[in-house]
Amino acid sequence: MKLQSRLTETSKNEERAATAALELASVSYSYGQRKALDNVSFSIEPARFTVLLGLNGAGKTTLFSLVSHLFSPRAGRIRVFGQDINRNSGPALRRLGIVFQARTLDLDLSVRQNLLYHASLHGIGTRVARQRIDELLQSIDMADRIEEKVRGLSGGQVRRVEIIRALLHRPSLLLLDEATVGLDIKSRATILKDIRALVQENGISVLWATHLIDEVGQADQVLVLDKGRLVADGRVSAILSETGAETINQAFSKLTGITDMNVRGGKS
Amino acid sequence: MTDAAGTFAGSPPERSRGFTPVQYLVCLKGILLREWLRYLSQKERFVSSLVRPLLWLFIFAAGFRQVLGVSIIPPYETYVLYEVYITPGLCGMILLFSGMQSSLSMVYDREMGNMRILLVSPFPRWYLLVSKLLAGVAVSLLQVYAFLAIAWFWDVKAPLEGYLLILPALFFSGLMLGALGMLLSSLVKQLENFAGIMNFVIFPMYFASSALYPLWRVQEASPLLYKICILNPFTYAVELIRFAFYGRIEWTSLAVVLAVTLALLGGAILAYNPARGLTVRKQDMGGSQ
Repeated sequence: MKLQSRLTETSKNEERAATAALELASVSYSYGQRKALDNVSFSIEPARFTVLLGLNGAGKTTLFSLVSHLFSPRAGRIRVFGQDINRNSGPALRRLGIVFQARTLDLDLSVRQNLLYHASLHGIGTRVARQRIDELLQSIDMADRIEEKVRGLSGGQVRRVEIIRALLHRPSLLLLDEATVGLDIKSRATILKDIRALVQENGISVLWATHLIDEVGQADQVLVLDKGRLVADGRVSAILSETGAETINQAFSKLTGITDMNVRGGKS
Repeated sequence: MTDAAGTFAGSPPERSRGFTPVQYLVCLKGILLREWLRYLSQKERFVSSLVRPLLWLFIFAAGFRQVLGVSIIPPYETYVLYEVYITPGLCGMILLFSGMQSSLSMVYDREMGNMRILLVSPFPRWYLLVSKLLAGVAVSLLQVYAFLAIAWFWDVKAPLEGYLLILPALFFSGLMLGALGMLLSSLVKQLENFAGIMNFVIFPMYFASSALYPLWRVQEASPLLYKICILNPFTYAVELIRFAFYGRIEWTSLAVVLAVTLALLGGAILAYNPARGLTVRKQDMGGSQ
């Protein structure tokens, strides 16, 4: 009987792990002496927009590097739709789309060449890839720029091409690291709106890392990272009531002891 | 992008399956194509990769042949012009520079973040690195043949079939030097440090080898230098190519080149392994933490 109940419990746990789009369990990472991530645990529901909020240096990019298997955590486990990123990195990475903070398109190659290269890295043949590239570029009104070298595009256009690239292999979880950094207000708003639309209409899960508080929506799940530690995890309303703050900005100040994040963290 | 959702809506997330052999080929082809396109977009790289060995052939060899007489040593059956003697060494030099250059581009890619795109591909990492290596070798083989074509008009000729027979020798030598470059690229932290590689890797490897002078000459001049030369894997790459020109396989060289390739490649794959790799020491892989 005891065993029975333990079994059901395990299978329940597994089920929960399998349904979470992303699950981190006690993940730590350090660069030499400096701890970049300290015992971080959270999980992200599928088909939701989750904001990872933290200043520059809070550990956001380290977290992304671990989730995308560029490094392995010293301790803890990371699962993408139930697949362990270290033990089962292939299947896990196939479900991940990533937009890095640094620009990662090849400036000397054309938009099409860049996108085809990415498609081939996911084993997508030229014919299918061309079709998807055409569709996606049309959707952002950039079909006419397909032959243009990336060097000739504006910052906002580069970002959008990078987002398209991350969507080419049709991932279930999209990670974006400071996707709007360095963009003007209009491009920022468009990109944010479109990513939110992706969540709503396609059921893609999104983890949106940012240091800009105004990008947090009222219904979002918010993870607050401060000096490598996760200091808050929940819906905006829950975080507000927990901290007794009126705005998410105030809540953030209370949690991290930093007064105005948008100004202090406003490096591009 | 507002109406983007409409397009995306028809594209539900794909389920994960294993990759088919065809998909492995698609991946290799994509990596080869990118290397080739990058090479084409850098015309100065093509020109300098040709000019360097040609300078050695046209100027250095022309002057030096009066000073150094090459006696009849295998694989040569008659006296040969010094130009003919150094041609295999110059092929090796192209491969050496090219191997280092592609590692330079890996360091550059890492700084620019492009390396991340390669490494987050769901294919096994060793496969990605080997593909990258093959892509570099393919480009350097073209450089070697372009050089040999020009040398041919300069009347530096080998038996015609020799040009086909050197292909495997060039391939394995290129693989070895590319693997060396890849290992170095994982050790070098920043682009600026790369100049050191030129001085501490390329030049010593090139000069302390049989590329410019036969080893028996070196032995006469300095037993110590001779020892260094026979410990230098580049010597074996050059000899492998030299013998292949005349349809002969230098087995010792082949064994050394293959063994060194495997060791260096293993080291490079280990260095890029996320768990044990040296990359973990780097705080920066194209973004701040």
